[in-house]
Order: sequence, then C-alpha cells, then structure tokens
Amino acid sequence: MRVTVRLFARLRDLAGSGELVRDVQAPATVQSVWKTLVAEMPALGEYERTMSVAVNADYSRMSASVSEGDEVAFLPPVSGG
Amino acid sequence: MALIAVGPAALDLQSLTQEVSQSREGDGAVASFIGLVRDHNQGRRVSFLDYEAYEPLAVRALTRITEEASQAWPDTRLGVHHRTGRIEISEASVIIVAVSPHRANAFAACRYTIERIKQIVPIWKHEHFEGGDVWLEGATADPDDESARQAAYRIACA
Repeated sequence: MRVTVRLFARLRDLAGSGELVRDVQAPATVQSVWKTLVAEMPALGEYERTMSVAVNADYSRMSASVSEGDEVAFLPPVSGG
Repeated sequence: MALIAVGPAALDLQSLTQEVSQSREGDGAVASFIGLVRDHNQGRRVSFLDYEAYEPLAVRALTRITEEASQAWPDTRLGVHHRTGRIEISEASVIIVAVSPHRANAFAACRYTIERIKQIVPIWKHEHFEGGDVWLEGATADPDDESARQAAYRIACA
C-alpha cells in the first residue's frame, strides 16, 4: 500500500526531499515505514532516538498502525520560538 | 483574525491583542511576549533565521497549549502567532498575548505558552551565520511527556 512520508528540517535535508511517496507492505506501522526509509537512506537512522512522529498531522507513536493513503511525518527535535 | 496562526505573514501584536482582549470590562491585565531574531547564538554571528513548520500539526499543538493554559488559569485567554520562512535580525518570530482579570495569571499563562512552544510545537530554526548554516534542534516533541509539562508550569509560576 502507498503512504506519503513527510520529513522536516535536517531530516528533509538528509533525504533531499520533504515529501516522498513509498509503497510499504500491509499491515504497516509507523515503525515499518521508518525502517523502509532507513534501509534506503541510512543517514536518517541517527534520528530514531530523538525524533517524534505524526500520522495525518496528529502526534502518534512508532507502534501505531498506518493505512493506505496516510501521511506519516518524522519530526526532528523542535526549535521554535 | 485567528487566535492561533502559523505562517509567513509579518506579526502584528496590536491586532492580536485586540482580537484576544475584545474590550471585555472584567479584564485587568494584558501580558504579551515577542520573540525576536537575535544577531548571535552560541558564539556565532547570526545573519538571519529561516523557520520551517509542519503547519497543521503546529496549529494543533498551539491549540493544545492554549487549552492546557486555560485549564491551569481558567480566567485567562490567549492568542499565539508564529511566523515561518526567512526572518531578519530584530524581527519578531513569535507573539503571545494573554488577557486575564489579574496580572499574575496573565504573566504565568504567557510564560507557560512560550516554554511549551519550545517543547512540543513542530517548528524548526535554520540558522544562517557567518561561515555556514545549521538546523537547531532542541526538545524531542512529546506532548504527553508530563514531566516536561510540569517543568513549563513551574517556570511559569516561579
């Protein structure tokens, strides 16, 4: 099934794009989408311990399930203000 | 004007203050905060900042923060605008307005809001300085981290 991946800040720079479309095997979780990305771009892996995640623009967890068409976002530590 | 906004438009404290206050006769205090882009950071001479946001989640996170503040200080109303994109030195990146019958709650809600923004709102500074650029990374955004929320509350009430 197909999901949209959103990446921000340095994660976006490392991936070279802020929005990717990827096919992942169902049933999928945020974790399995992440693993697909890291297999493709190992440099992203350093963020696994410090990032947070969102599904369809709401905070989520690595264990959350992901459905066809979902938008999965990976967020480096934030620095707003 | 929306009470909560995230986007590239220049910030207008006076308009946001009017929007939050609505000239209610029971109000006794307005506290506001303006975050500015500074010309130095960690020994670097900063040229400008470029802010990136995950806008729909940033709006949702700011809404959550104002709801937290409304629970902690029930008589207090808030407005928050955060700017994105390139922002020059001395320009505002964030404005917060808190209105309350009493100054203590207005000050506390205002401080709580900026502390929580730095904890959980998905916005990032891309710092451009003399000789390079760097993405600044602060807190891992976890809105359910109760110890972080309590730390912001303690700072607000200090």
